[in-house]
Amino acid sequence: MKFAVIVFPGSNCDLDMYHAVKDELGEEAEYVWHDSKDLSSYDGILLPGGFSYGDYLRCGAIAQFSGVMDEVRKAAEAGKPVLGICNGFQILTEAGLLPGVLLRNKNLKFMCRTVGLKVENNNTLFTNEYKQGEEIQIPIAHGEGNYYCDDATYDHLKENNQIVFTYADDFNGSRNNIAGIINERGNVLGMMPHPERAVSELIGGKDGLALFRSIVKQWRESHVSHA
Amino acid sequence: MKKVKVYVTLRESVLDPQGSAVMGSLHKMGYGEVADVRIGKYLELVIEDSERDVDALVNELCHRLLANTVIEDYRYEIEEVVSQ
Repeated sequence: MKFAVIVFPGSNCDLDMYHAVKDELGEEAEYVWHDSKDLSSYDGILLPGGFSYGDYLRCGAIAQFSGVMDEVRKAAEAGKPVLGICNGFQILTEAGLLPGVLLRNKNLKFMCRTVGLKVENNNTLFTNEYKQGEEIQIPIAHGEGNYYCDDATYDHLKENNQIVFTYADDFNGSRNNIAGIINERGNVLGMMPHPERAVSELIGGKDGLALFRSIVKQWRESHVSHA
Repeated sequence: MKKVKVYVTLRESVLDPQGSAVMGSLHKMGYGEVADVRIGKYLELVIEDSERDVDALVNELCHRLLANTVIEDYRYEIEEVVSQ
């Protein structure tokens, strides 16, 4: 499976993302610059964390108009897995690929530590290697991770099982502790915590690895059955 | 040319922790009569005269980039700029 790691000016988790899929899983990965006009040769798209365009105006607001985003939209429409982590999640909401928006943490602090996450939906291409309701330990590092959406959007997310991860504790003010959501079709996931920073015991845990394994597993299964 | 002053503020229904922190500080300073503080953004655009309707243009800019209408409201004022 071949992944594109999109690099925006200001991305800083691109190396971790690349390391996770290339070194820990042994899959193909390439860095793709933000003005790339063609993602057709990639099987999965990864939008890393960081501070694209310095978070000027609002986090993710400027990145949504990067040249590559038309290609990301096409990939999403084609049903390819698109994973946005942290700033990548913020970009996906600004781009309208996921509902809602990420506000400043309720205590105004940048928070950087490992937190408990509950797997609310393991029936997705990103979470099939987890157990339903399992609690995993994943690092967070964000100042604007307070997920907000209106009542109608929340009800819709809930009804469609689009809430994939919730925080075990409320620390940033996110609506109903939402940490990660998926689109209706189920191929675009955005989450604030960093699974790519939890892929080896050497760096404190590998609960994040199963997320990347899930993507590869689903891709292999669908490509074997169609062969 | 026109100068457009754009004010972007969080919607009333959205908690503004920055504003709350500043209000808390004002109260500690003894200004208890301050009942609420909301923090927003102020942007100045200078727009050259063209065929386009300025109101339509500014609304488009606000919707596409300057404000996220999920959480933010905006308003603006247009001033004529006298060219030198």
